[in-house]
Amino acid sequence: MSDIADRVKKIVVEHLGVEEDKVVENASFIDDLGADSLDTVELVMAFEEEFGIEIPDDAAETIQTFGDATKFITEAS
Amino acid sequence: MFNLEGKSALVTGASGGIGGEIAKILHAQGATVGLSGTRVEPLEALAAELGERAHVLPCNLSDFDAVDALPKQAVEAMGAVDILVNNAGITRDNLFMRMSDDEWQSVIDVNLTSTFKLCKGVLRGMMKSRWGRIVNISSVVGATGNPGQGNYAASKAGMVGMSKSLAYEVASRGITVNCIAPGFITTPMTEKLTDDQKAGILGQIPAGRMGDAGEIAAAALYLASAEAGYTTGTTLHVNGGMAMI
Repeated sequence: MSDIADRVKKIVVEHLGVEEDKVVENASFIDDLGADSLDTVELVMAFEEEFGIEIPDDAAETIQTFGDATKFITEAS
Repeated sequence: MFNLEGKSALVTGASGGIGGEIAKILHAQGATVGLSGTRVEPLEALAAELGERAHVLPCNLSDFDAVDALPKQAVEAMGAVDILVNNAGITRDNLFMRMSDDEWQSVIDVNLTSTFKLCKGVLRGMMKSRWGRIVNISSVVGATGNPGQGNYAASKAGMVGMSKSLAYEVASRGITVNCIAPGFITTPMTEKLTDDQKAGILGQIPAGRMGDAGEIAAAALYLASAEAGYTTGTTLHVNGGMAMI
């Protein structure tokens, strides 16, 4: 697993309080990992800080799964 | 009780009667205060009076770029914004039939839209720290209406609905959002009233007097305190009994 994926996973695990093995490629933050809508906003904020990038609101809406997040951040950073 | 040591508070309209008193009482309880307003001189004078832990942050709330920049400036000056008091407000009274679009829009912009923008601007930091207090200064007029103040009443009622919606969203993050609805308080804003108007108003107030800015500040201190952590989405009416709602 790439360095970016590791860092994303760490944020997700810490923020949502889920087991690391639940955070798989297709895991949906809301449907599978128990996030509420505000959690997804906070996750995006945490990604922005960790990776020093700006994630615009329309892009943030497309980030639904762990895979979406690593893909977006890999392309953006 | 109501100790605010280590907390930073941004107060808009701090050059005005109510805002100045709010800034003073938060400061007296140990908070670092950011004094915002359009008129720099009274802000500087208040900062000088308060001494340490007071920062002057001038901002014209009708200039939306300046409004967007204010939370960042406050964080640079104070390190954080733990408490936001949206107190600034303007009136441009006119009979509804005569009210111009400009009179309507300018009051909505300064009183309501700037409040929205400032709330949004400070939320990120509050969500991260899992603690925040937003106190929006509404008005009794927002609940009762007032002839000649269609724009002002709309802006103040809008503030209440907005605050309740936000309170729902952020309650789980330790952030409370409340309003204070002052009645008639002795300030430069109400000094513009004629003697006849004042006499008419006093007749409607069971307490038989106008309120004091310090009485609004005391309510703001409560809502800004750690002790008020379970109070959110409410409107505290401080009006001498003129509207018991």
